Formats: sequence, structure tokens, C-alpha cells
Amino acid sequence: MNDSATLPLAVAPKRKLGGLEALVPTALLAAVGALLPWLGDSYLGVIATRACIYWVLVSGLNLVVGFAGQIAIGWVALLTLGAYVTSVLTAGTVLPEISAYLALLIAAAVGAVFGVIIGLPALRLRTFYFAMTTLGFATIVTQVALAWKSVTGGGVGVPGPVLAWPFASPWGFYYFCLGLAVLCTWMTSNIAASRFGRSLVAIRDAEVAAEAVGISKPALLVTVFLFSGAVAAIAGGLFASLQSYITPDAFTFDLSVLFFIAILIGGRGSILGPLLGTIILTALPEFAAPLVAWSTFLYAVLLLVIVLAVPGGIADLLDFKNRRPLERHREIRPRPELLAQILPPPAQPSHIKLANLSLSFGGVRAIDAVDLEIRTGEVHGLIGPNGSGKTTTLNVISGYYVPQQGQVRLNEEMLSPRPASARASRRIARTFQTPRLVGAASVLENVMIGATTAGRASFVESLLALPRQRRDEEQAYDAAMAALTAVGLDQLAFVRADRLQHSELRFVEIARALVLRPYFLLLDEPAAGLSVDEIKRLGTLIVTISRQGTGVLLVEHHADLIFDICDRVTVLNLGKVLASGTPAEIRGHREVINAYLGA
Amino acid sequence: MFVSIVSYGLALGAVYALIGITYNVMFAASRVFSFTAGTVGMLGGVFGALFIDRLGMPVALGFLLTLAAGAGLGIITEILTVRPVLKSLEQHLYVLSTLAFALILQQLTAIEWSTEPQPFPRLLPFGPGLFDQQFWLPLLACALTIVGLEWLYRRTLVGRAFLAISEDNYAARALGLPEQRLRIASYALAGVIGTLAGFTGGEMMLAYFGNGPLLNFYGFVPVALGGMGSNRGAVAGGLALGLFQQTANFLVGGIFASVAIFVVFIIVLLVRPEGFAGSAPARRV
Repeated sequence: MNDSATLPLAVAPKRKLGGLEALVPTALLAAVGALLPWLGDSYLGVIATRACIYWVLVSGLNLVVGFAGQIAIGWVALLTLGAYVTSVLTAGTVLPEISAYLALLIAAAVGAVFGVIIGLPALRLRTFYFAMTTLGFATIVTQVALAWKSVTGGGVGVPGPVLAWPFASPWGFYYFCLGLAVLCTWMTSNIAASRFGRSLVAIRDAEVAAEAVGISKPALLVTVFLFSGAVAAIAGGLFASLQSYITPDAFTFDLSVLFFIAILIGGRGSILGPLLGTIILTALPEFAAPLVAWSTFLYAVLLLVIVLAVPGGIADLLDFKNRRPLERHREIRPRPELLAQILPPPAQPSHIKLANLSLSFGGVRAIDAVDLEIRTGEVHGLIGPNGSGKTTTLNVISGYYVPQQGQVRLNEEMLSPRPASARASRRIARTFQTPRLVGAASVLENVMIGATTAGRASFVESLLALPRQRRDEEQAYDAAMAALTAVGLDQLAFVRADRLQHSELRFVEIARALVLRPYFLLLDEPAAGLSVDEIKRLGTLIVTISRQGTGVLLVEHHADLIFDICDRVTVLNLGKVLASGTPAEIRGHREVINAYLGA
Repeated sequence: MFVSIVSYGLALGAVYALIGITYNVMFAASRVFSFTAGTVGMLGGVFGALFIDRLGMPVALGFLLTLAAGAGLGIITEILTVRPVLKSLEQHLYVLSTLAFALILQQLTAIEWSTEPQPFPRLLPFGPGLFDQQFWLPLLACALTIVGLEWLYRRTLVGRAFLAISEDNYAARALGLPEQRLRIASYALAGVIGTLAGFTGGEMMLAYFGNGPLLNFYGFVPVALGGMGSNRGAVAGGLALGLFQQTANFLVGGIFASVAIFVVFIIVLLVRPEGFAGSAPARRV
């Protein structure tokens, strides 16, 4: 045993996770909402009921728009769908009449399915295209409602559902809606504070890095669309009940705009912000009667102002914690001795082998018949002039590019060329030439993203904050804190990542990769932009990582660093392997000196 | 009946094609799709009715003022909603800022003009009939626009500068091209083309604020399917869309026509996200 085992792991204060802060929106809504009926104002009651119903929908949409960053502007389609399913089922005109509660459940199921159908294009299409398809859906659903007279009553409409005892009275109905709104707040807060919430934000702000830590965008988005569609349809059923009679006219595009803008005004990646946004937008026109005709105009102006002036929304204005100035002259002091606690003990030796790998972009041969072997426990340097194919090689190994020829093998087993998100579970981690981090999240959350594949709790368990979810969080927290301490950034754990210096971001990326407890670590120019001292510390850190048994592939331009710490070096030139061997052999290699090192 | 389907379909298609070109001209200058494309189209009709019918101006003056208003709106779009967010293109804020501006214009129209469709004035003194102006005017406008754009892009120095910034705006700036002024000019041009679409299609579509979202969607379909940036794709796609829509309208009814268009749109995009003429980007990391 070495000394490191006795060192304290986390130096920074240990905070209870998903603790009080995450409960603020839920508690606030429950407290204010429960007291409202004491005012005895029934008009206020209707507005509050409407706000609760809207929030049930917006809370789900918030995961799609605010967290995952998908621009879904036509979500009113799901409100319409839910409203008609519930109303038609309770009216009993088409099928035997059923209870409103049961109808709401069926609407939720139908909504979940359609949530996925509307959301599906997001997996393939660019932002603007996706926005257009959701807009198209919103138009189509209303038109179908208008045309399908035998079921929906066409322009004449259908009566909305009436909830049975004990929620039949207006205030009873209000409490029902409030209860659901509180439940949705609590559930989405739980998701926000789980690996799913962090993964969604990673997809929004750092999609490529998200794949590298094993986040599968399709699976995650489909789950979120299911949830979001279900709550939107329930909101539709409640909306129909509140209106007491629905026609296609009730579902204007303006409603979609309201939902969407409430989230952006509130701030992306927040629960409290969009909740306040929904309440404000619902209440505003009601209290200023002349504004009603202008409400959508005002929403649009608000949206423009928010986008241009306060892209972070209300949540940013409320974020006092991150206004405190940071210490000016910070030093990164890694503690490599702690790595023994993070990285798995050297398993049996293994290797990644590239054989005859080629890939062209258009007419450019980026890599040409490259052979390379990375062994556990070694640092393998990959050097060469700009454009010689170093990063391309790395991208093929980590599954971003499909080679046109040749293979990547992990211990004799062929690694399928795609997807990149499958590499994390094989314990292959990487960093990027320009750090790819979520600027709006804390340093700690960024590093915890590396623990995504280690999580065991399902989406539903996370929604309900069941024990397995809490265990996941504690483990991810400990692992991330340990990694941050090892790279020397534990003091900055709770700071927003976009406030850090460039050199610190590089170490955050390494910490995120370490949380995967990688057998292989691919570093893409980790020393770029670092000071001489920092490069020295980085070198020690990398060597220690490799001595723990991890195989390191180091793409670098700093020749000193390469020759100091590498066990073997491969030189690329114009996509081909120019030389390969020990640092001493490479340093004396005549062609390498001519092509790259210089005399 | 066949003739009326074809003439009406082609005319509608020409309007869609022009809106598609509006998208393209803005996209070429800034890599940005703007939600204002359909909105300026809608305003072309509204301004035409406002100037000629309500204010009693001569047709030619009303026409010119409408186009000028379109150019002005294009310039405002660029300054207000595109330039501030160009620096962070990857955050897609332009989707939100242009959507906001489009909604602002649409709501202003609804409040200040009317929420009901208003008649659009008859422009030329020929009687109604098969070769009614409402059918051939959009087609003529579309043909002139295409020829004009080809001439501009291929034959003039300014047009080549447009192409240069759309091809590689860093390199174009390094060559000393005034990228910002060219972008403003492109947006003004897009505004003119958009209002031209609405003006020439005005008699057919009426001066109605609700045309905005409709034109946004049906103008975007040919762009997405034809491959973005391709004006010929937009024209072919637009005309085909117009014909298809009218045929389906007559045969099975309007709602199924919209549903069919929407389904085809989604399926084609899911199978080929880059459209029929486009190519997928190679590098990502």
C-alpha cells in the first residue's frame, strides 16, 4: 500500500446531492398553490388552474427544449391530441363511455406514442428542419380535428371531460391540476439532477463529447419524448375539462408560442425559471385586459429581447452563486498519487491494434494504410506535421469516422466502426483538441457526465428518485470529485465551466475521461495552450495514469513532452506512418528530422 | 377542370418556389434559415392591398413601394435578428430570433390590418378567364427572378461576390470583400423576392395574415427536398408541390392533401436529410 490511500479524497466540502436546492421549485409551487384558494377569488382560481395545466405540459417540454436543446415549437399538437382523446372517450360517442380519469391515462399513452412520432425527426434533422416539422404537425392535427367530423365533431366541437368526485368542483379541479403540476415539477427536478438531465444538456451543448462518454442520443431522446408527450396529452385532457367545450379554434399556434417562450424566458436547463415563465405568461394578459389582443405580440418581443440580451433567461438572473469573483492567480496542482484510487488495478495486459487503416475525405487521403498498436501501461506518442492524419486516426479509433479500409481491433476482437457512443463501455475514453464541455454546467457536473455509463438506475427510477438513483448519484459524485482532486481542480468544482481558463478546461476534460476508469485514454493535444510548468505537471499526470495500467495515446506537438514521457512514438506524414519506435530511435531518424523535427 | 388544376397549381407552385428562393438567398449569405421568408411573402399581399386598394395609389407605385418595403424588412431582419447571433451559429439562436421577428410582424399585421382575409386588387385591366393574370403573374415573376438571379450570380461582379461569401465567407473576407454589406444586400434582395411572391400571388391567396406560416412551411418544403441553396431545386420542387397540392385538393380534399405533403416531406427528410440534390457534410469532429 502506498501513502495515497490514506489521503482524504474530496477536499472540497461534500454537499448533499439533489438536496434542498432541487426541491425549491416543487416546494414553492406547492406552498403558494395550496394557499391560493384562501383568497376566495374564483376568477383567480381559473387563471391559476390554467397556469397549472400549462405547466404540466411545459415541464415535459422543458426537458426537450430547455435541456436537450431541441427546438420543438409545435407542441400544441400534443395538447390538442390529449384534449380530443380525453373528450371523445368520456363523451362516449364513438366507444362506450369511460371515466375521465381512465380517459386521461389513455390519453397519456397515446400522447407518449405521438410524442415520439413528432420527436423522431430530431434524431436525423438539423435544428431548423426539426422546428419546421413540429410546426407542420401542429397545423395538421388541427386540420384533422376539423375534418374528422364523426369523431371530433368538426367545427362544432365536443364537450370536455368532467372529473368525478372528489375533484368535480372548480376548487377541487384546481387542486387536482395543482397536484399534477407539483408532481411534474418534482419529477423533472429529479431528472434534472440525474445522469439523464446531465446527458440531455451534454447533447445540447457538447454533442460530440456526449457520444464519447457513452451517451446514446437516440435512446435518451426517445425516452424524453415519451415522457413529454404523455404529460402534454394529460395537460390536453385537463385543458378540455377547464374549457368545458372544445373546438379546433381553441388550439391556436399562439399556445405553442406561449409554451415555447415560457421555457426560453425561464432559461434553458432550469426548472424554476420556466415555471416562473409559465406563470408570468399565463397571468400577464389576464391582469391587463387591453393586452389580450397584443399578448402573442408581446411574447414575441420578449423572446427577441431574451435571445439577444439575456440568452440565459430568468434562471441566469437568479444565479447569484456564479457572480462571486474567482481567485485571480490560480494554479492547477494535480495530485497524481491519488490516481491509484480512481483507475482500476492493472487488469491483464491488452491492446488496441490498427491494421492498414485508410480514410479519404473527397480527394484528400487523410490516413493511408496506418498501422499502430496501443498497449495498456504505455504512453504511445503520435506526432507529425499539421494535416498528417493524427486527429483523424484518433477519430477512427473512437468511432466518429468509418475507415474505408482496415480495422481497429481490441485484443483480437474487431471493434465495430460505429457508433462512437459504444466506445465508453469498452473503457476507451478521449479528450478533444478544443475542449468540448458544457459551459452552462458546473465543473463537477461536467466531470460527472463521464459517469453516465456507470449509472444503473432507469429513467423511471430517476423520475421518482428511488434508492438506486440516489446511489448512482453518490457514486458519480465521489468518482467525479476524486478525478477533479487528482487533476488539481477540486477547488473549482462548483464553478460554471465557462468561467474557467483554457488550461483548466483541458484538465477538466482529462478528469471527465478518468471518471470512465478507462483502459485506454486518447489525448488530443492536451498540452496546447498550457504554460511550461503546467506542461510538466501534465506530463507527470499522464505518466502516472499509464503506470496504473491505462494505455495512453498522446497526440502532441510539444516534442519535449513527447520524448520525455512516451514509451513508444509513431510519426505520421501525409497520412502515412513515417517511422515508429522508441523516443531515442525517432529522435535520430533522418527522415523524421527532415519532415518534422527540423535539425 | 384539368386546365384549372394545372393553372392554379402552377401559380401556387410559383409562389412557393419564390419563397423557397427567398430562403436560399438569405441562407447563401449567412448560413441561416430565417422564419421571416414566409412572413415577407404574406406582407407582399398585405402591402399591395394596402397601397393600391386602401390608399388608392397607382398599381405601379404600389408595386414599387411594396418591393421597397420588402427590401427594408430584409435589412431590418439582418440587423436585428441575424447579425447579433451570427457569432454563435452553432447555438442556433437564429431560429429563435427570426421566429420572434416573424411572429412580431405577423401579429402586427393581424392587429393593424385585419384578422380576416381581405381582397387583393386586380392589377391589369384584362377580364377573368383561362389566362387570368392571377395564374400567369406568379409564373412570370418566378421566371424573371430565376433569370435575374442567374444573370446576377454569373455575369456581374457583385453577384460573384455573393457567391464567394456563400462558398467560404472567411476566405471571401480575407480577399477584402465587404462581407457585411453583401449580407445586408442579400437580405434586402430576399425581402424583394419574398414580397414579389406575395404581391403576384395576392389575388389568389388574398391579403391575409395567416398566409405567413403557410408560406413558411410550403416554401420550405421545396428547399428541404431540393437541397438547400439550390434555386433550381426550389423551382422544380415548388411547381411540383403546387401541382400535387391542387390535384389532391380536387381528388381527395384539402386536408388529405396537406397530410400527404407532410408525410412525404418527413419521410424524404428522414431517408435523405440533405435533400435530393445536397450532399452530407463529411467532417464532424
